[in-house]
Amino acid sequence: MPAAVPLSWYLVLSAVLFSLGVAGFFFRRNIITMFMSIELMLNAVNLSFVAFSFQLKQVSGNIFAFFVMVVAAAEAAVGLAIILTVFKNRATLNVDRIDSMKY
Amino acid sequence: MTDTVLFYVFALLVLGGGVLTITRKSAVHSAIYLIISLIGVGGLYLLQQAEFLFAVQIILYVGGVMLLFLFVIMLVNLEQAATERQFNKQWWIALACVLAVGAELAYVLYRGAAAFQFARPSETPPAPGMGNTEILAQVLFSEYLLPFEVASVLLLVAVVGSVIMAKKRI
Repeated sequence: MPAAVPLSWYLVLSAVLFSLGVAGFFFRRNIITMFMSIELMLNAVNLSFVAFSFQLKQVSGNIFAFFVMVVAAAEAAVGLAIILTVFKNRATLNVDRIDSMKY
Repeated sequence: MTDTVLFYVFALLVLGGGVLTITRKSAVHSAIYLIISLIGVGGLYLLQQAEFLFAVQIILYVGGVMLLFLFVIMLVNLEQAATERQFNKQWWIALACVLAVGAELAYVLYRGAAAFQFARPSETPPAPGMGNTEILAQVLFSEYLLPFEVASVLLLVAVVGSVIMAKKRI
């Protein structure tokens, strides 16, 4: 079956989504929203993995996207535990106020 | 034709959800819009015949990771966080960084195929009658067995680590 949607569309979509994730990570100050932006970036990368895998008929892209998801799940669990601990100790979610390592 | 229409629908879900995720003030709204965006990505997986990844996306991301996010949002004090400023003071540095990343990606995409070194398409197309999940399972449990086991150990470490970190007293 010929691919109806060309590869470049997926790549452009993935690039835009990745840039959105970068923008969210840089602009937001709420640590939970920053974390969500990281998930956006991971999904953008997964999207291009799957697009290449489909167009080149290689199954390894799918496998790699699967491993990225596994690592993202582990990262989310540990990261959210860290956020909870930080909130318990500092009573804030604003990253500007979590700056004891800055000075 | 159907594929193109579906691509546009899912791309709209993905991008609309993404934009709303990073602009909404409330973290709960952000999480809901992120779920919409993730479902859109899952639809794009389905469009590319990656049924297994679609199922994993729904179960693991929408059902697991985002549920975890919502629980953590419930555990922390959001009223106070919502009254604070949501956006960075150094917005021009952030804007410069985002533009740099965007320009880099745009340059690579503009160069097109010359910018990449493509792998050769697989000479042996997968056996007909085998679904995507079946092929993935065969490859995962033969060629990629060691990474698979390492991933399971990583998940175990993550579970133990998050439990210890979230405990009241270590």
